[in-house]
Amino acid sequence: MHVFYHIGKYGLLMVRTFARPQKWNAFRKQVFIEMDALCLGSLGIIAIISVFMGAVLVIQTAYNIDSPWIPLYTIGFTARQSLVLEFCPTMISLILAGKVGSRISSEIGTMRVTEQIDALEIMGVNSANYLILPKVTACVLINPFLIALSMFLGLIGGWLAAVVGHVTTSHIYILGIQSFFVPYEIFYALIKTAFFAFIITSVSGYHGYFTHGGALEVGRSSTLAVVYSSILIILANLVLTQLLLAA
Amino acid sequence: MIEAVNLYKSFGDREVLKNINVQFEKGKTNLIIGESGSGKTVLMKCLVGLLEVDKGKVLYDNRNFSEMALRARKAIRQEIGMLFQGGALFDSLNVEENVMFALNMFTNMTPEEKLERVNFCLCRVNIVNSNKLYPSELSGGMKKRVAIARAISMNPKYLFCDEPNSGLDPKTSILIDNLISEITREYEITTVINTHDMNSVIEIGDKIAFIYKGELWWEGTNEEILVSDNKEINDFVYATELLRKLKK
Repeated sequence: MHVFYHIGKYGLLMVRTFARPQKWNAFRKQVFIEMDALCLGSLGIIAIISVFMGAVLVIQTAYNIDSPWIPLYTIGFTARQSLVLEFCPTMISLILAGKVGSRISSEIGTMRVTEQIDALEIMGVNSANYLILPKVTACVLINPFLIALSMFLGLIGGWLAAVVGHVTTSHIYILGIQSFFVPYEIFYALIKTAFFAFIITSVSGYHGYFTHGGALEVGRSSTLAVVYSSILIILANLVLTQLLLAA
Repeated sequence: MIEAVNLYKSFGDREVLKNINVQFEKGKTNLIIGESGSGKTVLMKCLVGLLEVDKGKVLYDNRNFSEMALRARKAIRQEIGMLFQGGALFDSLNVEENVMFALNMFTNMTPEEKLERVNFCLCRVNIVNSNKLYPSELSGGMKKRVAIARAISMNPKYLFCDEPNSGLDPKTSILIDNLISEITREYEITTVINTHDMNSVIEIGDKIAFIYKGELWWEGTNEEILVSDNKEINDFVYATELLRKLKK
């Protein structure tokens, strides 16, 4: 019953969140601020993780290919498929759930316990709409670009590992990443990313918005936001994969 | 005028407000006083709609706030200014942006007009040359004054102050009290202050409502409270040995 209580409360919060913004100018400005703070602020960590993830994937794939019957371009092909279909959209989103989710939850939670949300309500501002909608919009719009960049950097990392580590030649690696390319798979990955971005921002917003107490509870809300966002991302990953990829 | 009529509020089994009937008059500083845990903060939150009442109604100039639809409530809320205990200034905005916030959200004023209004409000609370400072760079007293400036930026008809003196030294407390009192008279606002500071009660209490164990126990003025023979009132007003001796 506890689960249904939270689902209902989350649903009602989303109804308030997706109301018409009070002032479109203020909303647009806030979306750009959030894009910078939440999304572009994560570029560094995404770049580092992506490059190393691609490099490790290439080394591991090469390590597991011991049959001369398997062509070497399989290394590039496998790295691309793994990065595009799963590693970049899901793993990077899980990392963003930790970084962005905890930030959103603690920011909104602190505003709650210091009565800043009450101050918004007293002024007649729809606080859920003002605080959560710009974050959701910013992440849903920008995260697919971040993941596309992550895919590119992952492939670069793989290429570096392949060439520098003498795993295979640059030509064969590139041949591998070009082989059997299905553009729909990129679409699938980006759709997944947009859903994950919604989960991260809305679930973290929910936990922050309903924080009660003090510093301890703000910390607890941040932890819960990360845990539930991560679990929901994994569940949504299964459902979306079944819907979008199953024959 | 703000009226609370037969107000009841409970949290689970605990009845926090019981049959509160009180009127807060226009152009006067109305004080809600009482011990910690007596229900005065809950009463204020019920008055401004941050908590829903279980029974009874809240009237703003005979408009039933408790039974209003969200849209109509929003309109009334734009007539309300509120000073929170900790100031509740928005951390991510500087002083100027904090005071300008409601003007940005609800008016179509030009940037110049908004800035003029902000500077007027800040000047009114004696804050100068601090427009670009952030709340973390302000002292407790300055935060309260900026919060007052933000509360009056939209020319409110009703001003609520939740423990405006908490955490302030006696001198700054008097300054804040006098400021609220002056603004109330100047703009004919209905001001409701939630406090347990006896200096405020004596200095600016045009009308005082004493809440005891969730009930409205006593009503009167700052002069009447000092000579009241009500035991609970005397226990609250003359809480220290020194004051009891002075009374004798």
